[in-house]
Amino acid sequence: MSEFNINTAVDFCGIPMKNPVTVASGTFGSGMEYSDLVDLNVLGAVTTKGVANHPWAGNPTPRVAETKSGMLNAIGLQNPGIDTFIERDLAFLKQYDTRVIVNVCGHSEEEYVDVVERLADTDVDLLEINISCPNVKEGGIAFGQDPKQAMAITKAVKTKAKQPIIMKLSPNVTDIAEMARACEAGGADAVSLINTLTGMKIDIHRRTFALANKTGGMSGPAVHPIAVRMVYQVAQAVNIPIIGMGGIASTEDAIEMILAGATMVSVGTANFFDPTITQKIVAGIEDYMRKYQIADIRDLIGAVR
Amino acid sequence: MQKTEEMATVLEQQALGSNIFDLKLKAPQIAKLAKAGQFVSVYPNRADKLLPRPISLCGFDPKEGSLRLVYRVTGEHTGTEEFSRLQAGDTIRLLGPLGNGFTVEPGKKAILVGGGIGVPPMLELAKQIKAQQLCEQTIVMGYRDANTFLLDEFEQVATTVVSSDDGAVGTKGTAIDAILANHVTGDVIYACGPKPMLRALRDYARAKGMRCFVSMEERMACGIGACLACVCQSTHEDGHSNVKNKRVCADGPVFDAEEIEL
Ligand SMILES: Cc1cc2nc3c(=O)[nH]c(=O)nc-3n(C[C@H](O)[C@H](O)[C@H](O)COP(=O)(O)OP(=O)(O)OC[C@H]3O[C@@H](n4cnc5c(N)ncnc54)[C@H](O)[C@@H]3O)c2cc1C
Ligand SMILES: Cc1cc2nc3c(=O)[nH]c(=O)nc-3n(C[C@H](O)[C@H](O)[C@H](O)COP(=O)(O)O)c2cc1C
Ligand code: FES
Repeated sequence: MSEFNINTAVDFCGIPMKNPVTVASGTFGSGMEYSDLVDLNVLGAVTTKGVANHPWAGNPTPRVAETKSGMLNAIGLQNPGIDTFIERDLAFLKQYDTRVIVNVCGHSEEEYVDVVERLADTDVDLLEINISCPNVKEGGIAFGQDPKQAMAITKAVKTKAKQPIIMKLSPNVTDIAEMARACEAGGADAVSLINTLTGMKIDIHRRTFALANKTGGMSGPAVHPIAVRMVYQVAQAVNIPIIGMGGIASTEDAIEMILAGATMVSVGTANFFDPTITQKIVAGIEDYMRKYQIADIRDLIGAVR
Repeated sequence: MQKTEEMATVLEQQALGSNIFDLKLKAPQIAKLAKAGQFVSVYPNRADKLLPRPISLCGFDPKEGSLRLVYRVTGEHTGTEEFSRLQAGDTIRLLGPLGNGFTVEPGKKAILVGGGIGVPPMLELAKQIKAQQLCEQTIVMGYRDANTFLLDEFEQVATTVVSSDDGAVGTKGTAIDAILANHVTGDVIYACGPKPMLRALRDYARAKGMRCFVSMEERMACGIGACLACVCQSTHEDGHSNVKNKRVCADGPVFDAEEIEL
């Protein structure tokens, strides 16, 4: 058994990854805080917390609430702005042998493009564009809830970006496949999904909302089946690669996502209850492949139709 | 700050009056690194409860490799209710030690104030001040009612005065009322407890020209400074995000009261 050779490396938009495992934006900072618990060199890539062209203060607290097998968050994309990000966070990550995916947020097309341009000449491997941000110019409706806006923002960032562009899709839509097709038509190199599902929790003892923001994004194991369904639907609809995420908390969950059509997988909320889960999943995927004598992980991608 | 994930073994657990529990754990790696005022993330075993519960270190013994947590069960079907059923030999997963802890100013007469479930972390601080002969100290404990958990242990360390919300023990009212009634004086306040108490102590310290250090509480997810869930507003730009938000779990939980908006 032990002599059976396996390949866990994947090619993602032309970027070789030693394995398909990364972290979900916003759950891992820029890796610094986790680096004395997790060997970042083991990960295929680190995906960083969303960064804008200037610092964002985020929402009032409470910003998180626990729900059954899940959680709600309304952090509000607090971030230090692109300058500090490049000087501190990116410099930190470049010490490691892992790929860097930078998650980008903005309130307008100009703000997204600004960040993308600032990153153009840096040593970043891929950009992930979070289109769940409210578009201030269009009355605060998220870019990710309207296919026309999603296509427009994809085109805008594509013309300025030097790295491949991953459009991160919101699950808060009627037809996720339509959103993915709009991004592909706009020139996206890849899509990632799912972002969080809008939810609400009420504290019955205090008779108030659990989150200061009233609503928050739901994540964690409770959303996993929804994420698997959406990754599958998107995989059938587009020809660009997918990063699958949403509730991944075990090797089995990660394999499921790959079988549904994801080339890479991100682990998010699970980092909060199992800080070394990413390493366990990297090792677990290898064990799974040996157990079922699968020589190449690429044979698993979208294998279930 | 060094931290580690450790599977702790329960040495013993007992109730300290209604709903307050005293849990002694074997966790040598965390005990070795711990400092007074730091906390641990305690992970419920139930898979549907995802988030760690932050609980302050009420005590630790690096030689024995043990930790002591004193906590309140907040309600039915909660994580803390699950912890209250732990028995000797059971295991529970921890991440720690987390946060900055208290830094004592040597030679400056200290007033240690604990209110409600902010009482436990002050015990280890009081013990360290005494053992290392850092400064003179007076202890002020604010309880809800007659359940004066840990009071006997504080009294063994230093002069202790007490208040209770209902007047059952000590001065009726708040910790501030006990400070005034007993003419407690000092140079620096170290405090942990509910926000209104911390606010009152900050104002009192300001009026008297004293320094005041407070331990803050906020909802957490990662517990280690990565997710930005647990912020409190700061008076100056924070070093992490260039806004005015300090992370309670990583920049705190202990802050100079003038450094944050209470
Ligand atoms: C730095 C710090 C130190 C603490 N030290 C102690 C201590 O020594 N003893 C003690 O009894 N309590 C302490 N607390 C409060 C303790 O964390 C909460 O009472 C506990 O998390 C409640 O969990 P539960 O399972 O009972 O409630 P649930 O209702 O099941 O909790 C649901 C979620 O809300 C969070 N939560 C609920 N109440 C609080 C709160 N007051 N603060 C932060 N998170 C909360 C829980 O962690 C969990 O994620 C401390 C809090 C902080 C931030
Ligand atoms: C606390 C928190 C912060 C997040 N911040 C971001 C963010 O900055 N940008 C983003 O695109 N997604 C963000 N997300 C969404 C996650 O990246 C991920 O899409 C989602 O949580 C689903 O995965 P999970 O169930 O594994 O957490 C955040 C999620 C959480 C829980
Ligand atoms: S709990 Fe995540 S930053 Fe403090």
